[in-house]
Amino acid sequence: MKYAQFLLACITVALLGSATAFAAAPVPHIPEPEGAEKCVEPEDVMRRQHFEFIKHQRDETMRRGIRTSKYSFKECINCHVVKDEAGRAVSIEDDRHFCNACHSYAAVTVDCFQCHKSTPAEPKMGSLEQPERSLAGLIERLETVSGARR
Amino acid sequence: MSDPKKETMDQGRRRFLGAGAAAAATIAPGVTLMQVASAKPDDQPVSDKNRWGLLIDTTKCASGCDACVQACNEEFNLQPQHGPRTDPHWIRKVEVRDTATGRTFSLPMMCQHCENPPCADVCPTGASFRRDDGIVLVDRHICIGCRYCMMACPYKARSFVHEEIPEEDKNVNAPRGKGCVEACTLCVHRVDKGRQPACVEACNGDGHKAMIFGDLKDPGSEISRELKKYPSTQIRADLRLNPGVFYKGI
Ligand code: SF4
Ligand code: SF4
Repeated sequence: MKYAQFLLACITVALLGSATAFAAAPVPHIPEPEGAEKCVEPEDVMRRQHFEFIKHQRDETMRRGIRTSKYSFKECINCHVVKDEAGRAVSIEDDRHFCNACHSYAAVTVDCFQCHKSTPAEPKMGSLEQPERSLAGLIERLETVSGARR
Repeated sequence: MSDPKKETMDQGRRRFLGAGAAAAATIAPGVTLMQVASAKPDDQPVSDKNRWGLLIDTTKCASGCDACVQACNEEFNLQPQHGPRTDPHWIRKVEVRDTATGRTFSLPMMCQHCENPPCADVCPTGASFRRDDGIVLVDRHICIGCRYCMMACPYKARSFVHEEIPEEDKNVNAPRGKGCVEACTLCVHRVDKGRQPACVEACNGDGHKAMIFGDLKDPGSEISRELKKYPSTQIRADLRLNPGVFYKGI
């Protein structure tokens, strides 16, 4: 009887424990896209194969100048926008960024944004700062003009 | 091209229609402008039926003017700030003096988009390559930053990205990142949409009109007609790389 009681207690504890663990397990929260009703491919296909599409398109664009928008990386970024409280699109440095939702969950590093912009392109970048920076560039560049490089 | 009115009109059309418009402009208005060679449909690959090139008239290029360099910096959000040793330079102005005569002049220098590019020959990964339409590019996705191409290029046209590009400085026209080599892309993102390179647009906008962009394989294009009519030089033609950039008056 004592033994049976002990067993029961054990099972209860184990069940309770796993139930709590289950409830606390984080599930990726995938933000809704902004731009379109639905993605270019069904969700389950996208989840598994998005990178194949992007990579294929990358080579097509880079090497053969094909600039269709269906699998264009730029279009992914334009559509999958997550805004912050101020209404600005968050960058990849923000946990809420669309790509981060799954990538940080699965602990898979995204290399794309070392070069690519992780937010939609603004119509005009750096409107106020630009001329001054460029002017500094002009002066520096003029020094190099007559001499050979390196 | 001596009539300034005609030139402005042509220019306006060119801007609207893109590079191939020079050929189309001779057609009566209203007649199928879709034949413009450069207005390539997005789903079609580039082909060797075109070869894009530049003609630079050094007699029109103003000493001290760097409208082209500024336009390039703006187009790709290049930020020259740490001095010539590490700054990106896709296009630079070079002041030249003829030692025999003392004549000085200036010219813009960029990737010459060689037909036989030594940068691509030496590249161990295949990152440096020439597109079928003659534009030489670096595929940064596979560039390992070894910089062999920089050594091989006789024109010192390439630079290396030394620093990380902060998110706010990233551009969508040519994404660039630390550890890769880069150079003038002949504004391939514009060319594929039938537009002119940013430097050419800026030079025309400034009224110097020292640069003509166009299809070297289209005998009717402005660049081909000019090249046929007037003497021109390819820099270091002795190397037989057949650059796509031609200079007048050097
Ligand atoms: S100019 Fe230099 S970088 Fe450009 S194609 Fe020729 S060798 Fe390559
Ligand atoms: S730096 Fe990049 S593009 Fe240049 S040769 Fe090395 S791998 Fe090729």
